[in-house]
Amino acid sequence: MSATTGPVAINTFREAVRDRVLYNLIFFALVMIGAAIFVGQISIGIERLVIVNLGLSAISLFGLVMAIFIGVGLVSKEIEKRTLHSLLAKPIRRWEFLVGKYAGLLLTLTVNTAFMTLGLAGALFYVGRPFVRPDVSIVIAIYFILLALALVTALALFFSCFSSPMLSTLFTLAIYITGIFAKDIRDIGEFTRSPLLKASARVVYYVVPNFHNFNAIASAAHGESIPFSLVVQNTLYAACYVTLLLLASSAIFSNRDLK
Amino acid sequence: MNTPAIEIISLTKDYAVGFWRKRMRRSLDNLTLQVEEGEIFGFLGPNGAGKTTTLKLLMGLIFPTAGTARIRGRSIDDVRMHRDIGYLPEQPYFYDYLTARELLDYYARFWDYSAAERRERVEQFLNRVGLASAGNVQLRKYSKGMLQRAGIAQAILHDPKVIFLDEPMSGLDPVGRHEVRDIILDLKKQGRTVFFSTHILSDAEMLCDRVGVLSGGKLQGVGAPGEIVSIEVHAMEILFEARGDRPLPHELQDGATKIGGRYRVEVAEAGLYAALAQLESCDARILSVSPVRPTLEDYFLKLVRREQATPHEMEVTRL
Repeated sequence: MSATTGPVAINTFREAVRDRVLYNLIFFALVMIGAAIFVGQISIGIERLVIVNLGLSAISLFGLVMAIFIGVGLVSKEIEKRTLHSLLAKPIRRWEFLVGKYAGLLLTLTVNTAFMTLGLAGALFYVGRPFVRPDVSIVIAIYFILLALALVTALALFFSCFSSPMLSTLFTLAIYITGIFAKDIRDIGEFTRSPLLKASARVVYYVVPNFHNFNAIASAAHGESIPFSLVVQNTLYAACYVTLLLLASSAIFSNRDLK
Repeated sequence: MNTPAIEIISLTKDYAVGFWRKRMRRSLDNLTLQVEEGEIFGFLGPNGAGKTTTLKLLMGLIFPTAGTARIRGRSIDDVRMHRDIGYLPEQPYFYDYLTARELLDYYARFWDYSAAERRERVEQFLNRVGLASAGNVQLRKYSKGMLQRAGIAQAILHDPKVIFLDEPMSGLDPVGRHEVRDIILDLKKQGRTVFFSTHILSDAEMLCDRVGVLSGGKLQGVGAPGEIVSIEVHAMEILFEARGDRPLPHELQDGATKIGGRYRVEVAEAGLYAALAQLESCDARILSVSPVRPTLEDYFLKLVRREQATPHEMEVTRL
């Protein structure tokens, strides 16, 4: 991290940490993980499956809420509150500011995910279940959740460079949902006779990030192993998408007049 | 030849307006200006004159439609230019979850100070702007005046060579204004260049080596505060006491204002000697004769009224 993006990242992290909304979200996530223990106890024989499933879903869902709601405000809030005016008068390029904001939110999400992971580990420990080798897949599933959150954050940041927080939220959510069903959309396209629809479905499949690939919750819950090749593939996929989105965000934001 | 501290060359800014953003409104029109090293330059103009637009263009917050500017020889597009400058935005907003101490520490990180140097600077500048005792209070609890002080501290924290202040006296009480004036004069003593916009003309008259008056996006005049007003038509003020029984001539009597036992009358410069002769003939005692020079405020108001009286099309067509 450069000398200028570092301070921006730390300040973004500090802003999130001082926001009460964040603690509410973490609280609800931990409550959900706690509830998993209860549901697990009444699910005879599939206790682990239920706790891991609900726990990972909670981590994913609350991470997503944080990524979108903090992400869409990363740039627009600074423009709206005019805090950017004094900051951009310092020796910092606009793209460095963007990368700093992105890194700051990613750090926040990583720390929160780590807390929630501890909560999940605590829940598994509470029900007296020993940690076994297949649990590595839980860690990988959490890593995939983080990769998906990194992508969602980059999307939210991209939209917040040129639209209002409300619209950015809608756009990011729309792309996230489309991304979850990207494969299904392509398959639907293959079944149709219309070449236009077929082509459109393919475009959607290739343009929209495929979030389905990042979902390893079911595998982790069933204790199935996740191939290392998928870890590499997902890492590269997310890295490429994030880089492209940050480049596009920088291109837009670097030429934008600030009111 | 020395490089000017600020060199603005034909700077123009148009904004797209309207629903389809097809019409363009000119906010700054062909501004050319030069400020030398060590000068205090006042940038005056009514609301909407283009002062903040100019400062935003210089800071790289918005981009010019035409023209360019250099600060200490570096183009405004060059990020290295920012190492030498400090900027206080109009009505500054800062991260309200930070304390003033944290805010200054954050901004100081953009320069190559060690942690110890940063701490020392932060304390020094908190003291300088009178915020040392409120340094650990979150900015959301600050008054407008306190925020303005924090803004000034962040603008000068790194000893910039050129300081841009957008309405630095705004929101300050008389004590605060006096302190800011002192800071600006201190900066001048240290050889810094200060470029500030203001509505408060007495401050400009008191502080500035030169002022520029902007109205309707156009530069209307530049010069020393004394110089810029001397181009106006002069009148002469005569202060006198009537003595004896002789009545004052009608021309003088009608135009005179009585203040206690004295009279004050303004006459055209060309008619001064005739008026004095008339006063002598009626045995009046002349107390003083002085030229009436319009103040900077008069000059400013006249420009603004002229601008308002001659509406001109500021909208430009997109090519």
